[in-house]
Amino acid sequence: MSPLLSIKEISHVYFTKESIFHALQDVSFSVKEGEFVSILGPSGCGKTTLLSIISGLVTPTQGTVLINESEVCSKHSSIGYMLQQDYLFPWKTIKQNVLLGLNILHDKRKESINNALNLLNEMGLSKVEDAYPRQLSGGMRQRAALARTLATNPSVLLLDEPFSALDYQTKLKLENLVVKTLKEYDKTAILVTHDIEESIAMSDRIILLSKQPGRIAKNFTVPQELKTLTPFQARRHPLFPSLFHSIWKELEALESV
Amino acid sequence: MNQYEHEKLHQQHIKRMKSEKRMVIFYQTIIFLCFFIIWEMASSLKWIDPLLFSSPQKIILLFIEKLQDGSLLSHISVTLFETVMGFILGTLLGTWLAAFLWWFPKMAKILDPYLVILNAMPKVALGPILIVALGPGFTSIIAMGAIISVIITTIVVYTAFKDVDSNYVKVLQTFQATKWQVFKEAILPSSFSTIISTLKVNVGLSWVGVIVGEFLVSSKGLGYMIIYGFQVFNFTLVLLSLLVIAILATLMYQLVDFLEKKLIRNLE
Repeated sequence: MSPLLSIKEISHVYFTKESIFHALQDVSFSVKEGEFVSILGPSGCGKTTLLSIISGLVTPTQGTVLINESEVCSKHSSIGYMLQQDYLFPWKTIKQNVLLGLNILHDKRKESINNALNLLNEMGLSKVEDAYPRQLSGGMRQRAALARTLATNPSVLLLDEPFSALDYQTKLKLENLVVKTLKEYDKTAILVTHDIEESIAMSDRIILLSKQPGRIAKNFTVPQELKTLTPFQARRHPLFPSLFHSIWKELEALESV
Repeated sequence: MNQYEHEKLHQQHIKRMKSEKRMVIFYQTIIFLCFFIIWEMASSLKWIDPLLFSSPQKIILLFIEKLQDGSLLSHISVTLFETVMGFILGTLLGTWLAAFLWWFPKMAKILDPYLVILNAMPKVALGPILIVALGPGFTSIIAMGAIISVIITTIVVYTAFKDVDSNYVKVLQTFQATKWQVFKEAILPSSFSTIISTLKVNVGLSWVGVIVGEFLVSSKGLGYMIIYGFQVFNFTLVLLSLLVIAILATLMYQLVDFLEKKLIRNLE
């Protein structure tokens, strides 16, 4: 089976007046349908740049990104992007925020709208659908942002440290919800994070990026026993600490270079 | 402490707030009355030149006279119409220009020094040119009221457009939003509060533009009343117009302030 998403020899360079910043070098990997891949690395390793390139918002200096064998560009609707903060529009109600993507795409089909409202319901937000974002807690807002991202039914979901602004308890709950929802809708996802535990708990595969320029340092496969568990249960599984330890050692080695 | 005592303290707190408010209003009234009483006394006792500074009594009598012959109301309506038009046109045109600059960032870069020059230039100096170009009527006066606020509105609103968090734009772009959709969904609504606060500034500016415009050409309006009073050395008329302008400008400002509070409630 050919992969859903393949990233081929991506290099990216930023130019400023004074300097040249080599963000990414020769990054290649592919993601199968339904797979959850985490990209782990120290801050400044070009993780967010990589997501922007995959989403088609930034054109890489070199290399290509293929989804279902065709090249991505910004006119592609099969990618959903969830940012570090919720970025819900404060002047729109939760319901209007969730329906934003469909409105932008002029998708007025009943089934799409029902699907979006259904998501709202699943995220436990149906009671607050007419509230404004500022009336909601951080966790609820991030859930609304997830519903907004999933509402347009993207085939690949990009998550850019979506839990980093939340408190620990909310984060754990949201991790469970995200994994459950993604499995339910059979979504492919790429999570960018610097949190080792989070990457082990949520994903099937972990790609370690080195810093300046960002390139793939190592691949880790999460054992089958952990994959089938929810993130919360995975954190308490006996295999969890050993994987954590080996990733930790690799990261240490990368940072000491 | 029990519930009863809490309530008692709360009552005391409310009482204190009320008495403080009463005190403020009391002193405000005192200042208001003192000002006019001292003015009246100083004028009738010839401490100040009554020909130049007139007196509240004379102003009130003139006010009643002008109200009865209907001339004051017609002057007020002319000036008010010109000011409101100038103020709305200035704000709309400024916002439109800001949108244009946002849409074409290269154009914004090219035009930047010219905006700075236009902003620094005293716009009322354009008065004579406007009058010749548009004719000595209310069109050129409205143009004065608008032109005085248009450049500053452009600059302030354009800055607000540029300062919109780029992540909101990113959210829309991941949904393949067009440039127009980005503007309509993110840029304009996020800058709404800035646009409304420029309205407040523009109210004052438009009054300046319109009054100067009326100084230059018109045969109607409060600015004309001032110039006419000055020419025939009737300073009671000048001061009457001045007081009327002060009251109207304040009312307009309060109206915009009220609008701002109503509209911004949902925008954080």
